[in-house]
Amino acid sequence: MVTIDAKGVYYKELNEKVKEAISSGAEHIELINVNGQRYIGDGISASAKITIHGIPGNDMAAFMNGPTIEVFGNGQDAVGNTMNSGTIVIHGNAGDVTGYAMRGGEIFIKGNVGYRVGIHMKAYQDKVPVMVIGGKAGDFFAEYMAGGKIILLGLGCEGESVVGRYCATGLHGGTLYIRNNFEERYFGKEVQRDELTMEDKEFLKSYLTRFSDYFGYDKQEILGLDFIKFVPVGSRPYGNMYAKW
Amino acid sequence: MALSYAVPNFLIERDESRCIDCQVCVRQCANEVHKFDEDDEKIVSDTMKCVNCHRCVVLCPTKALTVREFPLEFKKNGHWKSDDIKSIYIQAETGGVLLAGMGNDKPYPIYWDKMLINASQVTNPSIDPLREPMEIKTFLGRKPASLEIENGKLKTKLPPQLELEVPVMFSAMSFGSISLNAHKSLARAAREVGTFFNTGEGGLHRDLADFGDNCIVQVASGRFGVHQEYLDAGSAIEIKIGQGAKPGIGGHLPGEKVGPEVSQTRMIPEGSDAISPAPHHDIYSIEDLRQLIYSLKEATNYKKPVFVKIAAVHNVAAIASGIARAGADVIAIDGFRGGTGAAPLRTRDSVGIPIEFALAAVDTRLRQEGIRNQVSLVIGGSIRNSSDIVKAVALGADAVYIGTAALMALGCHLCQKCYTGKCNWGIATQDPRLVKRLNPEIGARRAANLLKAWKHEIKELLGGMGINALESLRGNRLMLRGIDLTEKELEILGIKAAGE
Ligand code: SF4
Ligand code: SF4
Repeated sequence: MVTIDAKGVYYKELNEKVKEAISSGAEHIELINVNGQRYIGDGISASAKITIHGIPGNDMAAFMNGPTIEVFGNGQDAVGNTMNSGTIVIHGNAGDVTGYAMRGGEIFIKGNVGYRVGIHMKAYQDKVPVMVIGGKAGDFFAEYMAGGKIILLGLGCEGESVVGRYCATGLHGGTLYIRNNFEERYFGKEVQRDELTMEDKEFLKSYLTRFSDYFGYDKQEILGLDFIKFVPVGSRPYGNMYAKW
Repeated sequence: MALSYAVPNFLIERDESRCIDCQVCVRQCANEVHKFDEDDEKIVSDTMKCVNCHRCVVLCPTKALTVREFPLEFKKNGHWKSDDIKSIYIQAETGGVLLAGMGNDKPYPIYWDKMLINASQVTNPSIDPLREPMEIKTFLGRKPASLEIENGKLKTKLPPQLELEVPVMFSAMSFGSISLNAHKSLARAAREVGTFFNTGEGGLHRDLADFGDNCIVQVASGRFGVHQEYLDAGSAIEIKIGQGAKPGIGGHLPGEKVGPEVSQTRMIPEGSDAISPAPHHDIYSIEDLRQLIYSLKEATNYKKPVFVKIAAVHNVAAIASGIARAGADVIAIDGFRGGTGAAPLRTRDSVGIPIEFALAAVDTRLRQEGIRNQVSLVIGGSIRNSSDIVKAVALGADAVYIGTAALMALGCHLCQKCYTGKCNWGIATQDPRLVKRLNPEIGARRAANLLKAWKHEIKELLGGMGINALESLRGNRLMLRGIDLTEKELEILGIKAAGE
């Protein structure tokens, strides 16, 4: 394991060090005293593990392709932006636009997420991005979502809605699993409820197990939670909007 | 079905004395205008379906066909023009948002035509490009404020630059909106001439993977086909914020156009709409833009220039200043005449400003702020010929993008129906039967010919001014004079009136 002290190190230099460590074969890199440095893990194609102590800055793991990043702290905005593959585990909250346009890989967040999370997530063939959020999500959650799966647990949010306004507006692909604690009027008309299938249950079981393991929750309790599944009404929400000039 | 009030746009006339019933027109028309009537044993044409793309006119072996504007005269009315009336009929019938292709076709003033280029007479001799060297090579990218030279060698490390043999690139057109053969034609032409084509937001088809040295890869709000390999493949990365044909709105590539190849390149399921949201949802401010610029630079190890493309809108100068300060290496500005595969008609025709003003305003502003060297300026959205380019360079552009003109080189006849997917010229279509009408070898030849011809013309115009390097014309507005322009227009363009 390579340990890099990020205290007072400019992001550019820090990221260079991380990339250097990876190209010289390090399989596990530990970053300590991280304090707002941006772009950690961006565009890295490798299978290394990066452990972050502190708070990484915006656009962590953007365009990432393979690594596992575990953050002992909060994530900021745009975690996993347009990521292709890899795993992100955040022992805290994450900011706005988490998982924007991600096409593959997994993001586990213990706490809440900000606005516009999961916008335009998309899936293609074997690439199906998954996001598991322990807490609640802000407005515009899963807007324009085109593929992938998001589980929203809403733990500790009893009595309040786990999603904000304009949830899933324009959604035209993918699946949402949301725990029964939200205001229906917040949802866009492009989504509808659907029955959980055996496949859904298997999927939930495997990801909720990992979620419990990562964050030290009682597995049985988490697996016992009820989820409501949302799917798109159609894959072409705006297909009939136009007339030929 | 209720009676349609729609009126025909075009009139098709077949000269029976010339027609040999070969049925070429029947086979060529994807809009199914021409039909062979088995009972009457003759060819009939359905005027209502004609889009005036000229495919039949050009391919008819005896030139028996004429397509004209339908001589439909509404009662004279200074306010309600025939397009206004027709659009109401269509919308009353369908309730739909009017969708159009290509660029704004309204008769707004064309400022290129109101600027005239200088030439030398007596005092400083003109230069003959056939005999004398003439440099029009162009480097796009951030230029340092000063250079350090040590022992005759450049010591300053230059930021990444694109090297263009002609100051003309093919603008962003996605695979999806245009065919693979159109993409191949442009890629090959760019390689041959020493310039760049732009993937648009639809990803880079695997067949074009080794054209990276002549390719700019685009990152738009939908992030289609954007992955590490794609970012690594291009010579530069362009963040698309907006385009001239539809500033402020996103795009929907209809599911019908998402066949197996487009699906694979965009990395989305077949048949599903490819929806690009209006904004990038990770960019709500100049600071956010900076974040994406640097995210891309980090992901590609600062090896590639990052372009930011915007539409020419009212506050373009202030926005461009922000983009330069956000760290972009090149700003691409698309004027309100810019083309597109599909745009809502009202947006296409009435949003944005002429590129001539936008360019002059941006160049002036960046100079005033002392940051002009920090970015290159590329403009597009109306360039029709080489003198437009020379004027653009004199107004301050480093290079231009051509889209519509490039497609015309491939055979486009500007029928504006690109959004139907039935382009008879094999360009704006994914129908294999139509796509194969465009041979990439021939397409590349034609697009390369166009650029070569323009290159020579640019040199001649430069030589006429007594200038032997394009660099000396850049932002040299003294080489332009305005005609038929108001004081205010001259002021914005920063040029004198003819005769001054
Ligand atoms: S292509 Fe020309 S000659 Fe042939 S059938 Fe059509 S109109 Fe007649
Ligand atoms: S690309 Fe094709 S459909 Fe579009 S204007 Fe040109 S000829 Fe018409």
